[in-house]
Amino acid sequence: MIPNTAPAPADETTTAAAVLPQTPGQSAAKKFAGSKLFGSPASIAGVIWLAALVAASLTAPLWLPFKTEDQDFTAVLSGPTAAHWLGTDELGRDLLSRIFASAAGTLGTSMITVIVAVGLGTLLAMLAAAAGDRAENVISRVTEIMMSLPGTVIILAVIGAVGTNIPLIMGILGVLISAGIYRVMLGQAKSLQSQLYVDAAKVDGMGMAGISLRHVLPGLTNTIVVQAALIFAVGMLIQAGLAFIGFGPPIPEPSWGGMIQGASQHVYDAPWLMVPTGAVLALTVLAANAIGNALGKAPNATASHLPSAAARRQRAKSVAAIAAAAPAPKDSAKDTLSVRNLSVGVDNGVRLVTDVSFDVEPGTVLGLVGESGCGKTMTALSLLGLLPSGVSVAEGQILWNGTNLAAATEKAMEGIRGREVALISQEPMRALDPMFTVGYQLTAAIRRLRGTGRADAKAEALGLLEKVGIVDAARILKTYPHQISGGMAQRVAIALALSGRPRLLVADEPTTALDVTVQAEILSLLRSLVKDTGMSVVMVTHDLGVVADLCDQVAVMYAGQVVENGRTDSILDNPRHPYTLALLAADPHANHAADMPERLATITGQVPQPKDWPSTCRFASRCQFAGSACTVPVPLLPSGAGDGVVRCVKADELAVVGLDWVATDIPARHVLSLSETRTVEKDHA
Amino acid sequence: MSTATSVRPEAPLPAADRPLLEVKDLVVRYGRGRTAAAAPAAVDGVSFSIAPGETVGLVGESGSGKSTIGKAILGLQKVSGGSITYQGRDITSAGASQRRALGGDLRAVFQDPNSSLNPRNTVGSSLAEPLRLRGVNAAEAWQRAGDMLERVGLPREAVDRYPSQFSGGQRQRISVARALICDPSLVVCDEAVSALDLSTQAQVLNLLADLRDERGLGYLFIAHDIAVVQFLAQRVVVLYRGQVMESGPASAVTENPKHPFTQALVAASPVPRPAEQAARRQARESLGVRTGAAATPGPGGCPFRLRCPLATDLCRDERPALRTAGGSDVACHYA
Repeated sequence: MIPNTAPAPADETTTAAAVLPQTPGQSAAKKFAGSKLFGSPASIAGVIWLAALVAASLTAPLWLPFKTEDQDFTAVLSGPTAAHWLGTDELGRDLLSRIFASAAGTLGTSMITVIVAVGLGTLLAMLAAAAGDRAENVISRVTEIMMSLPGTVIILAVIGAVGTNIPLIMGILGVLISAGIYRVMLGQAKSLQSQLYVDAAKVDGMGMAGISLRHVLPGLTNTIVVQAALIFAVGMLIQAGLAFIGFGPPIPEPSWGGMIQGASQHVYDAPWLMVPTGAVLALTVLAANAIGNALGKAPNATASHLPSAAARRQRAKSVAAIAAAAPAPKDSAKDTLSVRNLSVGVDNGVRLVTDVSFDVEPGTVLGLVGESGCGKTMTALSLLGLLPSGVSVAEGQILWNGTNLAAATEKAMEGIRGREVALISQEPMRALDPMFTVGYQLTAAIRRLRGTGRADAKAEALGLLEKVGIVDAARILKTYPHQISGGMAQRVAIALALSGRPRLLVADEPTTALDVTVQAEILSLLRSLVKDTGMSVVMVTHDLGVVADLCDQVAVMYAGQVVENGRTDSILDNPRHPYTLALLAADPHANHAADMPERLATITGQVPQPKDWPSTCRFASRCQFAGSACTVPVPLLPSGAGDGVVRCVKADELAVVGLDWVATDIPARHVLSLSETRTVEKDHA
Repeated sequence: MSTATSVRPEAPLPAADRPLLEVKDLVVRYGRGRTAAAAPAAVDGVSFSIAPGETVGLVGESGSGKSTIGKAILGLQKVSGGSITYQGRDITSAGASQRRALGGDLRAVFQDPNSSLNPRNTVGSSLAEPLRLRGVNAAEAWQRAGDMLERVGLPREAVDRYPSQFSGGQRQRISVARALICDPSLVVCDEAVSALDLSTQAQVLNLLADLRDERGLGYLFIAHDIAVVQFLAQRVVVLYRGQVMESGPASAVTENPKHPFTQALVAASPVPRPAEQAARRQARESLGVRTGAAATPGPGGCPFRLRCPLATDLCRDERPALRTAGGSDVACHYA
């Protein structure tokens, strides 16, 4: 490697500008509430109704046909007439006027409950989350006491003591409700409080109040708004209820509850009287609930890992299409995996993996390496028919013992998965069910996949655990997954994968989450398993050291394509593709401490999004050696080392010159003529 | 394992009469009261210091207490014993106002670029926050946020965007910018590059190295990957179960490790050269270090004894003190 000590920050800036997202800056958070509020017809109607009600009520003196206490004895208890649109009550007072004149008061006093309940609940939650365990304990106990108090009795007692002071009563109601709000808010406030950006603010010396206001409160807004809408409805109902039992505003003053109470006395002789007030109250409560529901809806339902029914149908359809298009699989050697021109795509047509081909001989290990977003995991999952929903094999064949796995039905895959092809994943804990012991899970898998009886299965489970290097297997069988370490869990997960005696193991970053010493042990285990059982392994990893340690063959992936494929030693010792060259140069493990360069080599920019992959060389825009020859689609060409292939038109030229990927890529462009480089940049701009 | 002496030039320590940071006999126990007293300490008597402009790497497995030490220094973890001195000031239990008084001199970059920036605030607002806390006016803070973004290789316009609009590597650059905006003397990097892809990791490591050379920064670089530490650090402290096993110049610790645990750690890190890796694997397997799943050692004695090929009764009875052996300090009776 050529250590280069001349960084070029200015150039770095321009390239960074090029990769910055092009969408105009806008507040996702601010847009959020608005778009949700007007996202459903019910919430739109709710907003309109509440706005109209408030506007009408506040402007009531200007437009109401009658004063609230005007009595028209010519029309007592009348239905809707031209003079009284909504009819009159037992004293001939105009219902329309009374309903709308009292609306602002009813809504306003309900808001008191909302403000007190949500304000106090949120405040307590933020305080408890910020001030530590002891404060949280105290506050939680206090709120529990508050929740255990009989609210109705307290309110009636207050009325008895101070009379029907509606704002005060609604305030006290708010205090009682705040305990429930605190419960809702606490968990969320605590999770926000544990975010790293809160730690960062603490390091800045930001105080408890500052952190709560700046980092916790904004995160709670969504819940606050939802709760406010719901409590608003509750407040209105309770207020109406109080007025109904006679604890409303003093008699001549109109209130919704009082009016309903009045109507209830004439429910036989004038049933209409109940309708206008009841409808307005019901509509208002419904409006508040509709708004609350709309605001509380999750922004987007989380995608399930398991394919949905629709996805399965989609898969069946694409499988049928592939089966029809592909020629019948020709007989390949037993236990040889042969992937031919595999393309995996999202249902909307974007390809995530394009035209990938490789073979895995029995008893060998193939490494799939590359950075995230290069399609290596998608390639691996397609081998098991476990692509996430919305993603499916678009083209190509996955040939395994005479079956094309890409065209196999879900039922056929069920027979193959576990028995012939098994998976170990990055997170061993996710492969294990926390509710069952290791022994239960292992014997269940053995009985299902091997068809052995209960007693034999236990002995076989013991044998499997010993096989994966667990010394005290009998004890581990009785433990639950959370009681064992990550390395032990990965061994158990491997044992689980081996329970069907698979001939091909797909390992998706199986050591990434483990300590380096444990990783070394797991790699040794995998190596000895391959040696003993003769199974083959497809190993997805981003770690070139892991490849060097375990893999016989390696396929380097970049932007959904294999860019270099061949024997591990020839590729790692003599990389032919500039991307492989660059990855090695960027890897601090590739250097001895003694000759660690001052700066590591980097690759400018980042892996482009699948929708932006060009039809020409996909790496050209980031390649130090790119030239005018790189503006054509590049096929995989023999690399000259065994049956290795490389996807670079300049591979031979680079091999002859023996160039290295240097630390800062800008000066390296001068290696090739500058004008050539510019052409490429323009093409990819 | 070659016996290379220090070929890589150690940065000359700037003349200063006191270290930038001094951690002395640090003890951290989780929990409160009796639970804490009964549990083994997460950090158990750790001492080290960082000179101005020096990078010290803190390596160890998960559960070794390396992140806890970082948190204790940053005031995010309560300390049970020992002291932390920063520029001659005792900050062992400094509160928010005392932290503010440090003037943004001690900063942090965290592991997860996804949660170290508030998703609801613009990048500019996140960057300006530490400055605003120190009374810098809004216009100037905004200006400096833009400057800092350009310095870490992002365009000024990024101030108006939200973290979700950036990739992981770009977000980590923003976190670095946020840490450096107050012109600190020491930055605690807690697994700052371990969530990143190779090429992005190299970009961020280079950036950290550039900024160090430009501004004479000191780093406490916490990582599980000894090769990454080796790139940036002049000195390395190796931890096991909350205790220092070995500490010394980076080249000595990584090329010629003395402690059996350090040897295991170095040998386990795979290199991307197949022939050399095969040799390293054999060397590792012949070390005879037992698997980490072995039972937890009881209190007292050497914490590594249950996995150690050299362990004897002495290792069970007596905790080895750090002593100098071949350029490094090693806590082993037999190194």
